[in-house]
Amino acid sequence: MYVAVKGGERAIENAHKLLDHLRRGDASVPELSCEQIKQQMPLAVSRVMAEGAMYDPDLAALALKQSAGDLVEAIFLVRAYRTTLPRFGYSIAIETSEMRVERRISATYKDLPGGQVLGPTFDYTHRLLDFKLAAESQLEAAPKTEEPVKAEPLARASEILFKEQLLKAEVDTEQTPTDLVQEPLQYPADRSARLQALARGDEGFLMSLGFSTQRGYSRNHPFAGEIRMGWVEVYVYSDELDMEICVGEIQVSECSMINQFAGDKNNPPQFTQGYGLAFGFNERKTMAMALVDRALRCDELDEPVESPAQNQEFVLSHCDTLDASGFVSHLKLPHYVDFQSELELIRNLRSRFSEEKDHE
Amino acid sequence: MSEQLYNFGYLDENSKRMIRRALLKAVALPGYQVPFAGKEMPMPYGWGTGGVQLTASIIGKKDCLKVIDQGADDTTNAVSIRNFFKRVCDVETTEETGDATVIQTRHRIPEQALTENQIMVFQVPIPEPLRYIEPSETETRKMHALKEYGVMHVKLYEDIARHGEIATSYAYPAEVNGHYIMDPSPIPKFDNPKLDNSPTLMLFGAGREKRIYAVPPYTNVKSLDFEDYPFTPQTWTRKCDLCGSEHSYLDEIVTDDKGSRLWVCSDTDFCQKNQAKQEQSNV
Repeated sequence: MYVAVKGGERAIENAHKLLDHLRRGDASVPELSCEQIKQQMPLAVSRVMAEGAMYDPDLAALALKQSAGDLVEAIFLVRAYRTTLPRFGYSIAIETSEMRVERRISATYKDLPGGQVLGPTFDYTHRLLDFKLAAESQLEAAPKTEEPVKAEPLARASEILFKEQLLKAEVDTEQTPTDLVQEPLQYPADRSARLQALARGDEGFLMSLGFSTQRGYSRNHPFAGEIRMGWVEVYVYSDELDMEICVGEIQVSECSMINQFAGDKNNPPQFTQGYGLAFGFNERKTMAMALVDRALRCDELDEPVESPAQNQEFVLSHCDTLDASGFVSHLKLPHYVDFQSELELIRNLRSRFSEEKDHE
Repeated sequence: MSEQLYNFGYLDENSKRMIRRALLKAVALPGYQVPFAGKEMPMPYGWGTGGVQLTASIIGKKDCLKVIDQGADDTTNAVSIRNFFKRVCDVETTEETGDATVIQTRHRIPEQALTENQIMVFQVPIPEPLRYIEPSETETRKMHALKEYGVMHVKLYEDIARHGEIATSYAYPAEVNGHYIMDPSPIPKFDNPKLDNSPTLMLFGAGREKRIYAVPPYTNVKSLDFEDYPFTPQTWTRKCDLCGSEHSYLDEIVTDDKGSRLWVCSDTDFCQKNQAKQEQSNV
């Protein structure tokens, strides 16, 4: 006699315990601390903060530990925590030209005011497994920069082009930017909403979309005008004190891509810009974001919309890690009621099909 | 308990108020999809976050909550959502349809008739009934506003031309209050008639898509059809093998690899009550 499967409750409880053991691995190996993750996996921490849309390296490290290194799961944990936090207000827009840079490169000028600063980068490493690291690394002292990286404002490379009016001006519309936490994404989305969605969008998805624009699906050949990473101060305006107060410093990465634009009836030929910004050290993400941002400016620049990266509904509705992973993973949930209805339907259709065949 | 660090119902009061405002609009415009600033919840999108946000926004300390998935109280995700509300609200929960004041569901409407004192909350994956015909939301919003539903009828007509019947068995589109076409969520079309003129307030929440819609009590909900091809819900030639019901939605259970099957009610509470009644009458 069939008895309906019971015990979902205990199965769930046991699954959680098994997961705890999976995460811990061999108990004879010392446990990983959050501080170790924060210090030694800064790029994973950066990605979790960026796509989790919350600047908190400690909680990002905790999320990485809890998720056993699953970045998408860690991002989810951070997002779900962040949504419960009260909102005190908005900071004043950060000023990246005042960044204390650790890295700053431009592919458009051989040299430019402030110079090229390679900083910590994988770029010119030979991707050879370093077997010495498998044992214990012996760290050489960090090189000292000849001059301390400038503390005074370091103009963005795009400023040079703006001055010559060769780069389409970024006009401050003076409208309050959309806040996607407070308002649902609606189409057509303005650039502030698009940039927010992209800033927390999935790096892999944006990278592939950006790649598609380079390869031919929207005819963009950009130049990396500038990529910079470093520390910026965050200010809030205090009504009581009637002044701006610095509340701390955050690490951000920024990328400005320079694209050609042939011009049209109203605009002379000029360069146009795609922009990317992310918390932490997230260079690839900001480059991908800049490519996609530029592709999505097609309406404003009156370009024909002919590729996926230019279609804002396609890009923005599908770029969020949580949206995507949630809907894909929900297929694991039981669907037997709907499946039953489909079974019934397909049996009906098949019997009708064979009846008709018999008549022929 | 660390859960006490969270507000009653997990969401902060401002978020709940924002959702309730959207709900009021949804009730005022039956079947219209109201955009709302959906929140991330501690379960994945696609796993009921829309329904969970609605329940969290309307539930009070005196409520009694029932959660079902596929009609059953004991499916894993129903258990998980029920436990979530036990943790963050500490409200009474039940498996008995008649005792519940709020019923959150995925894919079914209970067999037992619902009352004015109850609210149904549906988890919705894709709120837009026109999505698979027209993927662009800019377009579909216009189509709803202009009541331009010809494509939907063409789709149903093409089904009939090709298959001899309307080949939609769940998430069967329905017209609400003579205007908006809505997706009743992926309930089997068997359940569609329960939406029509129901005494119960029906709320639909799509978390990832950030849309809320509603069918207020005693509202006309007409499943789309044609005069010569009227809407027909599923029927079975069998009875439930456990309780003998002839009028409930049945799940097909594969019992061995030789083709044996059992058909049992998908609504576990309904089935158990029926079985209990029979045992009593047998005594």
